[in-house]
Amino acid sequence: MLKPLTADIRPDRAALPLAAYESAGGYQGLRKAIAQTPFQVQQAVTASGLRGRGGAGFPTGMKWSFVPLSGGSAGGAGADSSGHRYLIVNADEKEPGTMKDRWLMEGNPHQLLEGALIAAWAVQADIAYIFLRREYTRCAESLTRAIAEAQKAGYVGERVLGSEWNIALRMHMSAGRYMCGEESGLLNALEGRRATPRNKPPFPQVSGLWGRPTVVNNVETLCNVPHILREGAEWYKALSPGSDPGTKIYGVSGKLNRPGLWELPMGTTARQLIDLAGGMRDGLRLRGLLPGGASTDFLSAEQLDVKLDFDSVARAGSRLGTGTMIVLDDHTCPVGMVLSLEKFFARESCGFCTPCREGLPWVARTLEALEQGKGESSDLDILQQHVGLLAPGRTFCALAPGAVEPLGSALRLFREDFEAHVHQKRCPWK
Amino acid sequence: MLSEREKERITEEALLHEYPRAAVSEALLIVQESRGWVPDEAIVEVAGLLGMSTEEVEAVATFYELIFRKPVGRHVILVCDSVSCWITGEEAILSHLQRRLGIGLGGTTPDGEFTLLPAGCLGACDAGPAMMIDGKLYDTLTPERADGILAEYGMGADAQTSHG
Repeated sequence: MLKPLTADIRPDRAALPLAAYESAGGYQGLRKAIAQTPFQVQQAVTASGLRGRGGAGFPTGMKWSFVPLSGGSAGGAGADSSGHRYLIVNADEKEPGTMKDRWLMEGNPHQLLEGALIAAWAVQADIAYIFLRREYTRCAESLTRAIAEAQKAGYVGERVLGSEWNIALRMHMSAGRYMCGEESGLLNALEGRRATPRNKPPFPQVSGLWGRPTVVNNVETLCNVPHILREGAEWYKALSPGSDPGTKIYGVSGKLNRPGLWELPMGTTARQLIDLAGGMRDGLRLRGLLPGGASTDFLSAEQLDVKLDFDSVARAGSRLGTGTMIVLDDHTCPVGMVLSLEKFFARESCGFCTPCREGLPWVARTLEALEQGKGESSDLDILQQHVGLLAPGRTFCALAPGAVEPLGSALRLFREDFEAHVHQKRCPWK
Repeated sequence: MLSEREKERITEEALLHEYPRAAVSEALLIVQESRGWVPDEAIVEVAGLLGMSTEEVEAVATFYELIFRKPVGRHVILVCDSVSCWITGEEAILSHLQRRLGIGLGGTTPDGEFTLLPAGCLGACDAGPAMMIDGKLYDTLTPERADGILAEYGMGADAQTSHG
């Protein structure tokens, strides 16, 4: 089984140095890209079927294609060649339960740089940022060293690999807020403003950082790109047996024997992942799981054979999200788990729009009351009501709709547990 | 109140971007690096250096978890309270740390050594519970292991409050 993204990462995650990366084929994808037009590179990535790995699963090639190219085959109306264009690496991994980008950045920083450089070429960017959360100190060390190596080797800077193309690569160390992971919030953060979301349209590809064309891509997404350029779209599609191509960095957390991260073909099932994680710890029984981080709907214990690709998980009523699952066992209180999630979301709400700012703390306080045995039957209705009030379209950005995905599904799947808190006037797990 | 060195570093940082205001969070962190936190007077001076209003700088300073607008201890402990760590025993670790240090979340020990803060996910979800001290990550915590780690930062067995 091929593991293009992680095969060269050492077990201790010591960063792969430039020479080792190059001898494993590193930067061949960038060389190939620069020999082609940006439009051809976009087409290659579109043909591969790569979808964004940050949570939303938007097709990467299509995302790039919305940038107006100057001149060239796809240069549409309104394209202008004056002023900057930006490629931004979203390395602000802060979705609870997600830990995959950290692995990629610590273990193989050049793979990310190469992916970012190819993407920058494809959208004719002249400035690239890596937007990294400050808590990821080891990633910062490995990336800083890798950027210096790449500059020295001529992959970054002026006249890249002898071409006419100049690209500056900058690190931005974010001081910590979930909203920065939302791409328009991230742009405000880079402009020295509070990271509240922006209205869309205009989309960042047309008017992003400082009002200039900007593409924001997730770390794992970009790590796929060098391999697509090097080996081709057909090779990439063959990595997975299903219709959703490539590999995925899957994660498992919770009370399992060997929680961890694995790179596997897209479409691997939850059951296979749980087996790899050594099964449940201490004879515990699995009750459900969040398939892709904190802001996804629960899948039930009867849904372990769902293929974890974007479309299959959507058909099963949830989202692949970040592909890093969080497992609920039968000795852990589902209400307490949802409370932990909603406290996080309430704290991280940027406060910009009213339903999210007021609704999420209300949800968290209601769950807290249930956990403390002070809940009433009507509280379950209040929670249910918020699932609707904070649904997509009711709030300015996707934070609150994401926050109520685990809540709504928990109310459905674990109804008797919520009711037990009301009737017994205590948390049955305490 | 800012030192010449601080002003110099902030000005250098501002030159790295298309517009000086892009450097505002970095500027606040430069201030924090030497002082541990960001006092009001520094907000005013950073605003002046970057051509921003005081309110704009304050809006940024109060937005981020890792920019401190109040004094903190010499060591800042971030305890991950996100869901994977919660499932694997975060509450027990947090209450143990609170007892050992004699402070609540957001508190600083009277000797000024430790501040205890919550963190939303440290990216160690497969090795919870986790915490970070001064940028160094510690995972698979138990109360005993947490004690050993605190000792590395100078917390003696006789220091602060003992187990109640």
